[in-house]
Amino acid sequence: MEKKCRVLLVDDEEEFVRTLAERLELRGLMTRVALDGIEAMDLLDQSDVDVVVLDVRMPGMSGLDVLRQIKSIKPDLPVILLTGHGDTKDGIEGMRLGAFDYLMKPLDIDTLMEKIFEATQTS
Amino acid sequence: MSFLKNKFWTRLQNFFTFRPEKAGEARYVILRRNLAVTMILVTFVPLFLMAFINYVEYRATLHKEILSPMQSLVGKAKHSLELFIAERVATVSFVSKAYSFEELADPQRLSQIFSVMKTEFQGFVDLGIINEKGIQINYVGPYQLLGKDYSEQPWFHEVRVKGSYVSDVFLGYRKFPHMVVAVESSVPGGKSWIVRATIDTDRLNDVILSMSLDPESDAFLINREGILQTPSKFYGNVLDRLSFPIPSPTYQPSVVSLRDDQGRELFMSYAFLREPNLILVMVKPKVRVLKAWTTLKSEMLVLFVGGTLIVLFVVIKITGIFVNRIKEADEKREAAFRELQHHHKLSSLGRLAAGVAHEINNPMAIINEKAGLILDLLPQMPQSPYRDRLETLTRDILKSVDRCRNITHRLLGFARRMDVQIEVLDLNEVVREVLTFLEKEALYRNIDVRLQLAENLPRIASDRGQLQQVFLNILNNAFEAVPDGGIVSITSWEVDADKVAVSIQDNGHGMDEETMKHIFEPFFTTKKSYGTGLGLPITYGIVKKLGGDIQVQSHVGEGTTFTVYLPKKAPHAE
Repeated sequence: MEKKCRVLLVDDEEEFVRTLAERLELRGLMTRVALDGIEAMDLLDQSDVDVVVLDVRMPGMSGLDVLRQIKSIKPDLPVILLTGHGDTKDGIEGMRLGAFDYLMKPLDIDTLMEKIFEATQTS
Repeated sequence: MSFLKNKFWTRLQNFFTFRPEKAGEARYVILRRNLAVTMILVTFVPLFLMAFINYVEYRATLHKEILSPMQSLVGKAKHSLELFIAERVATVSFVSKAYSFEELADPQRLSQIFSVMKTEFQGFVDLGIINEKGIQINYVGPYQLLGKDYSEQPWFHEVRVKGSYVSDVFLGYRKFPHMVVAVESSVPGGKSWIVRATIDTDRLNDVILSMSLDPESDAFLINREGILQTPSKFYGNVLDRLSFPIPSPTYQPSVVSLRDDQGRELFMSYAFLREPNLILVMVKPKVRVLKAWTTLKSEMLVLFVGGTLIVLFVVIKITGIFVNRIKEADEKREAAFRELQHHHKLSSLGRLAAGVAHEINNPMAIINEKAGLILDLLPQMPQSPYRDRLETLTRDILKSVDRCRNITHRLLGFARRMDVQIEVLDLNEVVREVLTFLEKEALYRNIDVRLQLAENLPRIASDRGQLQQVFLNILNNAFEAVPDGGIVSITSWEVDADKVAVSIQDNGHGMDEETMKHIFEPFFTTKKSYGTGLGLPITYGIVKKLGGDIQVQSHVGEGTTFTVYLPKKAPHAE
């Protein structure tokens, strides 16, 4: 990778998202963290990102709402959804709305890396 | 008015409604009692009324029918007797008026007249002529009574006063019962004489005999003092005194009931005769008179008692059947209600489980990432035994996270109302597939898995994935129950035209009754540390959803058999 891949992580669970960010940085990615949908949209306005990793379950603006907004602004930006076990329906709905893929929490970091790589390759 | 009606209705309804909250069996007893009482009342009141009305009516009619013949018989006999006497009096009167004293005083002439009287009118015994002084101056008859002086006799004076006289029956000088008819005759301004005839009372008896009475009845004449004038069957001979009191005077035949000195209950029909001054009495024992009535009464009683018994029997049987039906229906309803409650419990627990799974998922994800980060960072630490130890510990944490992931997965699996995907499948094949998951454990623990699968088991329409879970759950339990080297037998067979079954039998530790009661309840587990208590409830839920049934048999120390019954045809969509 000649240029560092920029990833925006959106999750209301700060402990989770910051730790995940650190692990991705250790693997050579550039990360930005947003704790809710509004913050995420702000960050998207200010800076360019290559991939968005988005939690489906969030208070206020839900993951699917954020996804819709992202797709309305940047239809080509790949979005990977994070879902709980019971939220496969949301995952499928997300795919219909144009998400790149969905992964279940707790995550396997290697799988996530693979998906991010795939997403940047295709976009 | 409507208030009263409402009140009545409420009462009536209360009578038939039983309080479900009232404990168990007692309410059915009460219901049955109320029903039986009502039915008996409804049937018996008309029955009683009918019987009572019949009784009264019949009694009235029968009395009339029995007593009026007695009255008319007495009336007829009375007329015959009166006529008989009146005829005799008229004859004597004719003789006294038609012949002159001289003719009557002539013995030859009198004998001639008497012989005509005897042939024309029965019953005359003798005939005599008595002068003013009471001396019998002429006489025709079987006795030597010529010249007899009657001047001191009371009847002589009565004839002189009244002009005629009919005596009671008496024995007189002749010592056989007879009565006397005497008529006075006179020439104007001249002397007077009396014609006196004696009548054999056998003639009166003939009249009474012509009433043709049955052997237990009796009829006789008495005078006003109660002296018998004709012989009686039961109360003595002529001139004996009657043992019971003389009835009150009436010329109309009437009936009274009385008890005689022999203790017989009698109906007495009687009438007073105008001339002679006697009473005609007829008695009939009540037993005989009322025989028809008594028979009828006992027949009515038998009918009534029989009817009553039949009605009682039918009422008791019917209410029994009826209440049993209600009881069965109640029990069915209660069972359905319990099933529904169980379902509700399962589904609400399912929602709770889903909530718990989601809540736990997030901290799990954090633990997962933190531990992952530790593993990421460890290589940057200087090589030391601590680093290796830390790495092992962190990997242990991640393993536990994995286990939690499995638990939440199962919780969600329980909660999810999965759509049933029906396909036609071979149940034996499903069992074999499931067994592949357990092959390694069986090999490792030396468990003898015995397959007895019916070769031509019909294919059924059901959900493969869910059936796999069912058999996996049951087989898991069986594997856990048996010791190393234990036996697990799996048998499949066709139950009937609609069902097939698979039984999974182990020779493990078995369960006691208490445990068996609870095995299908969520969160009940005997696996102290690692059981979720959801395996069998999920299994139960799936089998029910697929239209089947599960049965368990278990004995402590002998093992457990789970039998899963499944319909051949797909269950109806919910």
